[in-house]
Amino acid sequence: MALTQRLRARTRAWIDRRSPPQTGPVRIHRRRLYILPTRGGAWFGLLLFTMLLGSMNYSNSLGFALTFLLGGLVLVAMHHTHRNLLNLTVRAAPVGPVFAGQPALLAVMLHNPAGQSRLAVAVAADDTVDAQDDAVTDIPAGGDAICRLSLTTRARGRLPLPRLKISTLFPMGLFRAWTWIRLDQSVLVYPRPAGRAPLPPASPGLVEGADRHRTGREDFAGLRRYGRGDPPRLIHWKSYPRTGTLMVKQFDDPRQETLWLDFAMVPGGGVEPRLSQLTRWVQEADRRGLVYGLRLPGAEIPPDRGAPHRDRCLRSLALYAD
Amino acid sequence: MPTEQRLRLIAVLALVMAPHLVRVPVWVSLFTGAILGWQAMAAWRDWPAPARWLRLRLLLALAAFVGVYASYGRVDGQNAGVALLMLMLALKLTETHRHRDMMILLGLCYFVVITHFLFSQEIVMAVFLGLAGWLITACFIDANHPGRALPIRDLLRRSASLLAQALPLAVLLFVLFPRIPGPLWGLPSDSGASARTGLSDSMEPGSISRVALSDAVAFRVEFEGDPPPPAQRYWRGPVFWSFDGRRWTTGWPGRFLDAAPDYRPQTAPIRYRLTLEPHDQDWLLALDLPARAPANAYRDAAGSLRTREPISQRRAFTLSSVPDYVLQPDSPPDLLDYARRLPGDGNPQARALARQWRDRDAGPADVVTAALTRFREQPFRYTLQPGALRGEDRIDQFLFDTRAGFCEHYAGAFVFLMRAAGIPARVVTGYQGGSPGLGDYLIVRAADAHAWAEVWLEGRGWVRVDPTGAVAPERIESGLGGSMGADEPVPYLARGGGDLLRRAQLAWDWANAGWNRWFLAYGPERQRDFLAELGLPDVRSMILALTLLLTAVMALIGTILIWQARPRGGIDPVQAAWLRLCRRLAAAGLPRRDDEGPLDYATRVARARPDCATTVSALAREYVAIRYRHGGSRQQRRAFIREARGFRPPGGPRRPARI
Repeated sequence: MALTQRLRARTRAWIDRRSPPQTGPVRIHRRRLYILPTRGGAWFGLLLFTMLLGSMNYSNSLGFALTFLLGGLVLVAMHHTHRNLLNLTVRAAPVGPVFAGQPALLAVMLHNPAGQSRLAVAVAADDTVDAQDDAVTDIPAGGDAICRLSLTTRARGRLPLPRLKISTLFPMGLFRAWTWIRLDQSVLVYPRPAGRAPLPPASPGLVEGADRHRTGREDFAGLRRYGRGDPPRLIHWKSYPRTGTLMVKQFDDPRQETLWLDFAMVPGGGVEPRLSQLTRWVQEADRRGLVYGLRLPGAEIPPDRGAPHRDRCLRSLALYAD
Repeated sequence: MPTEQRLRLIAVLALVMAPHLVRVPVWVSLFTGAILGWQAMAAWRDWPAPARWLRLRLLLALAAFVGVYASYGRVDGQNAGVALLMLMLALKLTETHRHRDMMILLGLCYFVVITHFLFSQEIVMAVFLGLAGWLITACFIDANHPGRALPIRDLLRRSASLLAQALPLAVLLFVLFPRIPGPLWGLPSDSGASARTGLSDSMEPGSISRVALSDAVAFRVEFEGDPPPPAQRYWRGPVFWSFDGRRWTTGWPGRFLDAAPDYRPQTAPIRYRLTLEPHDQDWLLALDLPARAPANAYRDAAGSLRTREPISQRRAFTLSSVPDYVLQPDSPPDLLDYARRLPGDGNPQARALARQWRDRDAGPADVVTAALTRFREQPFRYTLQPGALRGEDRIDQFLFDTRAGFCEHYAGAFVFLMRAAGIPARVVTGYQGGSPGLGDYLIVRAADAHAWAEVWLEGRGWVRVDPTGAVAPERIESGLGGSMGADEPVPYLARGGGDLLRRAQLAWDWANAGWNRWFLAYGPERQRDFLAELGLPDVRSMILALTLLLTAVMALIGTILIWQARPRGGIDPVQAAWLRLCRRLAAAGLPRRDDEGPLDYATRVARARPDCATTVSALAREYVAIRYRHGGSRQQRRAFIREARGFRPPGGPRRPARI
C-alpha cells in the first residue's frame, strides 16, 4: 500500500516535471501527447490473435483477409486517435472568486485550429483535486468548444488550477490519447462564511456632531430589501401591498455611523473561525449597505461600501497569512 | 446508451448473423431472432428490463448449452460452435449498456463474420466482408462518441475512410505475412461445407453416373503450354484393386503399400496448375500419369496422388505429368497376384467367356482386344440411365442381358473379365475431358467423372484401356454432352453450345477461377513461389520487407494525418491587404502606432498628408466596416482588397517624419 502510494506520488511528480505550468493558450504538442491501448484495445488484440490462429488452422484466405484488414484498422485508428488531440489549444477562462465549500466552475476552452473537426474530446481535472464531472465535447473545424468542470474548494486562499487531462478515445476506442496540461492560473477562494455573532456596534462616523436621524429627501438613494436589524422607521410601507416584500429606504449620508470589523474583536478562538466570522460580517454589512472598515493584524482597509470595497475586504481575508 | 445507437447495433448484429440462419437449427434462429426483436422494441419504446432478468438470463444461457448439445451431440465443432456463438451473442446484447460491453459485443461481431468463411469463401462472401466490416466499424465509431449520436452518413463516411486507409496495410499483410502450412491443431470433424459431389472411395454400378448428373466444378487447370488433346485428358484419381462381387474398393495395395511404382517417361512432362475444389477426400486429381508428388502429397502404390489430410479447402497445386509412359514394367509378383483376385464364385457366364478367350491360346493383348471387340460389336449402349442391376451376378446381367451402362459398368465388367482370364487388371477412377473456360484454362466438372481400366502386360507395364471408348468413342473426344442422346439427363453445361446464358456462366466461372487462383489459393506454396519471383526467397526477407513496407505506409498515413491537423494559417486576406497599406504608409513616413485603431490612424494620416486623405479615410472606414461590423459581402471584400493593394502614397517612400 505504502509502496503503491509512493510510486503514485513519484509518477505524479514526474508528470508534473513533464508538464510545468504554462500561461496563456497551450497548444497540445506532439511531444507531450501520449497514447496507449485501452482495455478494449487489449481485448480486440486478443480477438485478432484468435482470428489469426483460426485462419491459419483452416488455411482460410478470407479469414486472413478480415484479420489483416482489422489489423490495419487498429494501426490506422491509433494514428487517428493521436491526431484527434494534436494541435488543439487549451485555455481556461478566469474563474471568479468563490467561498470555500462552494464549487468553482471552471470553463476550459478548446480551440481547434485545423480544417478537420475533432470529436469526443474529454476534459477532466486531475485526480489530485476533486473534480465532479468530466466533459466530453466535439470541436468543429476552426472552432471552439467549452467544457465546464466544477472543482471542489476546501480552504481559503489561492487555489491553483488543477492539472487538466485532455483525452480522447475516438474513433475506435482501442487507444486512449491524452495529455496533461497545467495552466498558470488560480482561483481565489474566500473563507467560508460562518459564525453566529451579531455585527459589532457601529461607532459614530468621521463627521462630528452630525444629525443621526436626518432624513432629508435630497439624500434619498433608493429602496432595498428589508434585512434583519433594519430600524422599522425606515420601512417603506407604501410599496409593501404592491410588491409583497418589505423594502427599506436608503439614504446617502456621509455622516453615517461607521462599522469596524476587527479581527481582534471577533469572539472565539482560532484564526480560521475568526476569518469565517469576519467574512460573514462583511457579507452582512454589505447587504445592509453599511459603511464598514476591516482591521486585520498588520492590515487595515478604511471604511467604505459597495461591491469593490467588499471584494477588497474578502480578498484580504482570503489571502490573510498569520 | 442513446436509442439510435442501440438500434444501429441491433441492426448490425442481425446483419452479421443472417447468413448463419439457414445453417443452424430452427430453434436457434427463432430464439436469436426473438431476442433481437425484443431488444429492438425495448430500445424503441424504452421498455425497462424485466424483473429478475439477471437470473433468467443465466437460466437461458444454460438452456442454450443444453439445447445445442441436444441438437448436435456436442458443444464444440464448427456447426455447434456457430449455434452457440449466436445464442450467446443474443444474450450478451441484453446486458450491453455500457461502453465496455459495446466494445466486447462489436468485437464479437467481427468474429461472427469470420465464422461465415468456414462455410463459404465465394466472391459474394468478400462483398459481405466489406459490407459487414464497414457497418461494424461505423458502430465502433458510434459507440466511442458519447452524448449526441452522430448522423449515419457521417458514421459511414468516417468508417469508409478508416477502412480505406487500413486497406493498403491489409494488402501488405496478406501478401507478405509468412503463411505456415497445414492445420495447427486439427480441424473439427464437421469442418467445411457439407454435401459435396465428387468421386467416392469405392465404385459400384451407378456411383459414377450419379456424380455425372452435376454441373459442379471439380477442378480447374491452367497449362503452361498448350493443353493436351481431349483424348489424352485422363485425370487420374483413386485406383481400385479389390472386388467383393458388387463393389470395387481400394484394397490392400492402395491402403498398405507405401512403395510408389517406378515408371519410364516416353515424352517430356507437361507442367500445369490445378485448383482443386474441396472434396473431403485424401486424393488429388492429376493428368495421367503424374510425374511426381507436390508438397504435402505422395504417390500411392498405383501411381495416383494422395494427400495426408482430406482436402476440405480449395487448394492449388503445381503439377507435372507424362502423358506417354511405361508404368511399373517390373511389378512385384504379389502385386500382380492381387490384381488377378476375384471372389470365389458368382458371375459364371463372364468367367466362362474369359476362360474361353484364354483357352484360345491367345496372349493377354489378344484377350484385351477380344473384350473390346465384344463391347464394340454387340449392341451395348452408353447411357446415364441403365436401370438397376439386381441379384448376385450383376456383371453377367450387364454383359449378357441389359447391355446398357455408364463407364463404371464397362470398366468394372472389363476388369472382371481380364482377371477371370488371368490378366492383372484394376479399375481407375477420375475424370476425362474438360471444357475451356473464358481464360486459358480448362474447367473439369463433376459431369466429366469417368472410370476406366488398367491391365498389366509383360514388358509394357500397366496399360490404360478404356472400354467406354469402345462403346462410345465420342465420349472420349467430345465429352458427355456429345455422346448422349437428347433424352439423357445430361447436365446443362456439359451439353456444350454457345448461347448467352452459357457465356454468362463461363464469364462467372472465369471470375471465380481468378478469385480462386489469386486469392483463395494464396497459401504457403503460392506465397513462396510468388515472393521468390519478387526476389524475397525466404521467411527472413519476407518479414524484413513486411516490416519496412508497413513502417513506410504507416509513416505516410501518419504524416498525412498530422499535416491535416496543422493549424490553418489563418490571416484574413482583407486584413493582409490593410496591413500592406499600413506598411506602404509607414514607408512613406507615417507608421501606425501600436495603440492606434484604423480610424484614428486614418485621421492622423489625413492631417499629415492631405493629398491622400480621402482615399485613406474611405479605405479605413471600409476596413472597419468589413472587419468589425458585418463581415462584408464577397464583392465588398474583393473590392476592398483591390483598392487597398492599388493604393500608393504619392511621393514615394520617405524618411519617417516626427509627429
